[in-house]
Amino acid sequence: MTTAITLNDYLIVSGLLFALGIAGIIIRRNALVIYMALEINLNAANLALVAFSKFNKLVDGQILAFFIIAIAAAEVAVGLAIIVALYRRKQTVSVDELTTMRL
Amino acid sequence: MNVHDILFYCFSIAMLVCGFLVIFSRNPVASALFLVLLFVFLAGLFVLLEAFFIAAIQVLVYAGAVMVLFLFVIMLLDIKASERRKFRALGVAGGIAVAAAFVWELKIILARPIKPLSVGSQELRGGLEQVVKPLFANYMLPFEVTALLLLVAMIGVVLLSRKELK
Repeated sequence: MTTAITLNDYLIVSGLLFALGIAGIIIRRNALVIYMALEINLNAANLALVAFSKFNKLVDGQILAFFIIAIAAAEVAVGLAIIVALYRRKQTVSVDELTTMRL
Repeated sequence: MNVHDILFYCFSIAMLVCGFLVIFSRNPVASALFLVLLFVFLAGLFVLLEAFFIAAIQVLVYAGAVMVLFLFVIMLLDIKASERRKFRALGVAGGIAVAAAFVWELKIILARPIKPLSVGSQELRGGLEQVVKPLFANYMLPFEVTALLLLVAMIGVVLLSRKELK
C-alpha cells in the first residue's frame, strides 16, 4: 500500500507521547497516576520500536516490544502491591506525604 | 491522502488527547479509563504498522489485565481526598519545562529525516507466525528468563500484600 506516512511521523508521535509521560510523572502527586504516566512512557518506547521494525523490515523490534509488554505487566503488579502496602501503613498515596524511606 | 494516512492522523491525535486527559484528570478513575482508550488507539497504530500480534497482545495484556489491576487498586484504596487537591504551580511549571525541553530536542534530532536501513529482505508482516518463529529460535533464553522474572514478581506480590509486613 502506498502511503505518505514515514518513519519520522511515527517517531514524532512516539516522542510526543513520551514527553506527555514525563510531564505526568513530574506534575502529578498521586502515586497511582505517576504509575499510569510511567506506562505511557513504556508504550511510547513500544511505538518507536514497532515503527523501526516495520520500516527496517526486521521482526526483532516487535519481539523487543513483546518483552517490554511482559516485563511491564510484572512491574505493574509489583508496583501496585508496594502502593497498597504503603497505603496500609500511611493511609495516603500522595508522594508529597511519603517523604521517609523507612516504613 | 488515502485511508491509511487518515487513520494514522485520527489514531495519533486521539491517543495524544487521551494521554493529556490521563495526566490532567482530577479523578484517578477517569485517568485510568482514558489510559484504556490510549492503549486501544495505540493498538490501532500497531495495526497500521502491520504488527498484528503486538496489537492483539497490547489489547489483551494492557487494556485487559493491567488496567483491571489498576482500577481494582483504585477502588480498593478509596482515594477521594486527592480529587480536590490542586496541582502545585512549581510542579506544573517544572513538568511542562522538562516536556518542552524534550520536544525541542526531538525537533532537532528529527529535523533530518531518518533513513530506514532496509536491512531485511522480505516484506515484513507482523502476524503470529513471523513474530513467534524467531521468538522461539533466537530469543529462547530471554523468553525463559522472562518466565522466571514473572515467577519472581508473583512471589514478591504475595509477600508484599501479606497482612503483617515485617
